[in-house]
Amino acid sequence: MRLEFSAEDEAFRREVANWMRAHLTGKFECLRQEAGGGSFDDTLVAERKAWERELAAGKWTCVGWPEAVGGRGLSINRQVIFHEEYARAGGPGRMGHIGEGLIGPTLIAFGSEAQKNRFLRRIVAGTEFWCQGYSEPGAGSDLANVQTRARRDSSSGEWIVDGQKVWTSLAHESDWIFALVRSEAGSSGSRGLSFLLIPLDQPGIEIRPIRQLTGTAEFNEVFFNGARTAAENIVGEPGGGWMIAMGLLSFERGVSTLGQQMLFARELELVAKTAKDNGAARNSAIRQRIARSWMELKVMRYNALRTLSRSQDAMLAKEALMYKYYWSNWHRELGKLAMDVLGPDGDIVSGDPARARLQRLFLFSRADTIYAGTNEIQLNIISERALGMPREWRPERKMNDRK
Amino acid sequence: MDFALTADQEKIRDTAESFLRDASGSAAVRAAMETEAGYDPQLWKHLAQELGWCATHIPEKYGGLELGWVEVALLMEQMGRRLLCAPFFATVCLAATGLMEAALEPAHIRYLPEIAAGRLIATIALAESGIDWRSDALPAAMARRVGDGYLLDGSFGHVPDGAHAALIIVPAILAPARHGDRDAFAMFAISADYPGMRRTPLKTIDATRRLAEVRLAGVRLAPDALIGEGARVTEGLTRTAALAAIALGAEQLGGAQQCLDMTLAYISERVQFGRQIASFQAVKHRCALMMVQIEAARSAVYGAACVAASAPTTDALVMESACAKTLASEAFFFCAQEAIQLHGGVGFTWEYDPQLYFKHAQASGAWLGAPDALRERVAAAMLDRA
Repeated sequence: MRLEFSAEDEAFRREVANWMRAHLTGKFECLRQEAGGGSFDDTLVAERKAWERELAAGKWTCVGWPEAVGGRGLSINRQVIFHEEYARAGGPGRMGHIGEGLIGPTLIAFGSEAQKNRFLRRIVAGTEFWCQGYSEPGAGSDLANVQTRARRDSSSGEWIVDGQKVWTSLAHESDWIFALVRSEAGSSGSRGLSFLLIPLDQPGIEIRPIRQLTGTAEFNEVFFNGARTAAENIVGEPGGGWMIAMGLLSFERGVSTLGQQMLFARELELVAKTAKDNGAARNSAIRQRIARSWMELKVMRYNALRTLSRSQDAMLAKEALMYKYYWSNWHRELGKLAMDVLGPDGDIVSGDPARARLQRLFLFSRADTIYAGTNEIQLNIISERALGMPREWRPERKMNDRK
Repeated sequence: MDFALTADQEKIRDTAESFLRDASGSAAVRAAMETEAGYDPQLWKHLAQELGWCATHIPEKYGGLELGWVEVALLMEQMGRRLLCAPFFATVCLAATGLMEAALEPAHIRYLPEIAAGRLIATIALAESGIDWRSDALPAAMARRVGDGYLLDGSFGHVPDGAHAALIIVPAILAPARHGDRDAFAMFAISADYPGMRRTPLKTIDATRRLAEVRLAGVRLAPDALIGEGARVTEGLTRTAALAAIALGAEQLGGAQQCLDMTLAYISERVQFGRQIASFQAVKHRCALMMVQIEAARSAVYGAACVAASAPTTDALVMESACAKTLASEAFFFCAQEAIQLHGGVGFTWEYDPQLYFKHAQASGAWLGAPDALRERVAAAMLDRA
């Protein structure tokens, strides 16, 4: 058991840091620190896309992908280091993260050769952007309840899609959506679903932004009204979409969590500095909460290193299963702490960037315990998968499965 | 970077796990609680001498195994799971560490081989009240030079295993040899039953651990009783307390895990409304929250143990330790509390074990810094430096 990285890994760390210093400057200076909740509003879209191509030119996109499909084939340790140094340098939120982190690995694992050739290169190059079509108004935590329908055009074989997706981040800036759709009429639950790749720029698709409690809009509703995609744009078999959709969710190996923690550390530093500056740091209750946040952030780092050190079944380990619950509640509490530190000033909108950042943290962190599995779903997952407790009743299972 | 246990470390853990499951079950713990010394001397002799646990982190040149804090933590975690009644924490985590970190070489040569061989039970008297060390707190003992020896006065309220330890290590303020010099800390080693030393065993709610009041009234000591002086003592004991707190956190982690395991076993047997109560979501979520706290504490404890094994600065060690001990203390208390709650009525009985863990969780939470005090230490480091 040791926490230090090797000398070679540390040399790689310096390489990343040097590259970031040399490139996150000039016309990209405006993107520095534009990461975390609330950084994906409609501003700076052109710059963000240009930054993806800048990263690609340095071969810093898809660093964990195999070299054969254009990646760097980095080890887990080096991927961790890359994400950590990227965040340390103030690298902006990645426009390409859905392509790089979700659909790319899915295609590498389950896609046809033609799909790999068509899509992967453009994800690596930062020229094509993706969004995720999973949730629907009636399918949130109960994802298998998707009702968006897909049928085949009998003459062309094309898929014709009707329905609605929701909470689709970056849809308005993306080129493609991958969607879980019901392709077998009359089916229910996880059976009869297909996993389709659909181009967004077509008359059958309408994208409407959702105004959030923050007042801004990062998420969208995507309406499909006779939208079309080619017959070959299905991943896996017709009716076998659930397996692909679940496989996609398992690719997150936690390599970017240390980068995320770097952002958290910077937020906590800002909270502590604000408390020192405005005198809140003399309040013992505030001191206790700041210290608690610091300790729990340290725990998150060790927790991530534990996960990353596992050679197999990493995401089924207890520390991996509890991680989403842990960080999201930590972050939500940090947002509340930030406002309590600000006191009455927290309610006043001003031009002070530090204050605006803390206000943004307070509002955006409310989403953390809802998306990607709510607190309540997380506790179900922990009790069932990590502790082996009886499973919740699900409609597609027979009643006597419950016993 | 590799946070996983090595094969040797896994073996240490597994051996301790299976040994203690047999040797320190509920009946054995309850029997030990009733004895005067608070532990089973046969069991202690076996793990101290034959299994060699007391030698774990002592250097090879003194007969030890020269392993590190990860290995100590692995043993303590398993002891915590079974509430092992034994003077291990006092002897190994406190006294041996105190000797290694704060005493000079003659004391190493004299005492460490005895501890490593499992032949010496030792402890440290750290504070007038409680089990904690603050170099900025008022000292609990004063020493004067008398002839070429020393005269020691002081009072320590809560010395772990203080009534039966054969060696008690005592930090004290030593009046200067020359008029005008400043007082300095010194550390003394006192063999048991010195004239002038009075040891009073205390009756404790947590009967799995023994505490004693130790009073020193004009204890006359030979020159070689002085085993360390000055900054080596103050900083060494700061490190000792931080290291022992990591080990104690590991013990608490083991206790917390056992509370969850006991609870899961009980609620899968207990049927109400025609269902095992483990199938109710309200119950599942309580158990999930226990696991979240346990795994967070596990990350904190083993992260800190790794840092402790890599020669950290004292400031860094203190912060790591505060984090590990706080997380472990809170996880242990929460899990013990939930174990009682989820056992329902029988959780309130003497017969079922949750009460034993609950009492040790509360008592050990206060040792070497309660969570509030440790958070304040961290806050001071974060917020009060320019």
